[in-house]
Amino acid sequence: MSYFTQNSLLSFLGYPVSLQTFLPLSAPSLHFTMDWQGQKLAEQIMLLVFAVTAFVAGYVLGSFQMMVLVYAGGVTLTGLITIPNWPFFNRHPLNWLDPSEAEKHPKPQVTVSSKKKGFKK
Amino acid sequence: MHSFGYRLNGLLTFAVTILALMCVIASLSDNLNIPSPSAEIQIMNINWFQKQPKGSDEVILTMNISADLQSLFTWNTKQVFIFVAAEYETRKNSLNQVSLWDAIIPAKERAKFWIRSSNKYRFVDHGKNLRGKEFNLTLHWHVMPKTGKMFADKIVMSGYSLPEEYI
Repeated sequence: MSYFTQNSLLSFLGYPVSLQTFLPLSAPSLHFTMDWQGQKLAEQIMLLVFAVTAFVAGYVLGSFQMMVLVYAGGVTLTGLITIPNWPFFNRHPLNWLDPSEAEKHPKPQVTVSSKKKGFKK
Repeated sequence: MHSFGYRLNGLLTFAVTILALMCVIASLSDNLNIPSPSAEIQIMNINWFQKQPKGSDEVILTMNISADLQSLFTWNTKQVFIFVAAEYETRKNSLNQVSLWDAIIPAKERAKFWIRSSNKYRFVDHGKNLRGKEFNLTLHWHVMPKTGKMFADKIVMSGYSLPEEYI
């Protein structure tokens, strides 16, 4: 499962989930990035719409093959739109924190409080 | 969501899950179809009716089978398997079923047919009970889907009987 769907599924089920912002170590080489949340939503909506269209087309035409073909075409189209890093989807890119800058400000350590069942004085 | 591979995997997993759901709904849509099949079988001739040497009775007969099974086909039907069985009762068994003939109908256009044929499979009894026996000829069909549940049903035709003495 993708990271975001896993995250949203866990938060839906009530598990505490922390959304860490990524500090991609290879940030300088990622020239084009996409809006990942938007990409996941676009993928889900497009696939559902294509599934419904394919089923209706197959049922009305009375042809199972038509349903599968329309759906396969839909999956390919969705893949072409959502998977590669298209530059025109990256008009407003996020400004990632420079790695050298990040080292100067380390993330705070969470102190783990140990639970003791009973104090014996 | 880092790389091409992750996104491709996520997309394909979701797409295949939705495909499975579509197949389930397609199979459920088969229940909307109410079939109205009809069939008729005539026995043209009893060619052979003897007991096998030191064995049981055997019959060879010629049947004229005509049927209209077009209403069984839906968009989710791959093929229909039909067979004709002779059913009768003896002292030892309350129900004996012997399959005499079968066929596969691959498409709706071929589902309305008539055929004259002798029994494809041997009609042999467990014993020597067939003289003067009354039996039913039942046409069974199994509708095999492209995805999902298979439906089976039958038409029972009664009133057939074998001669009192061996031929």
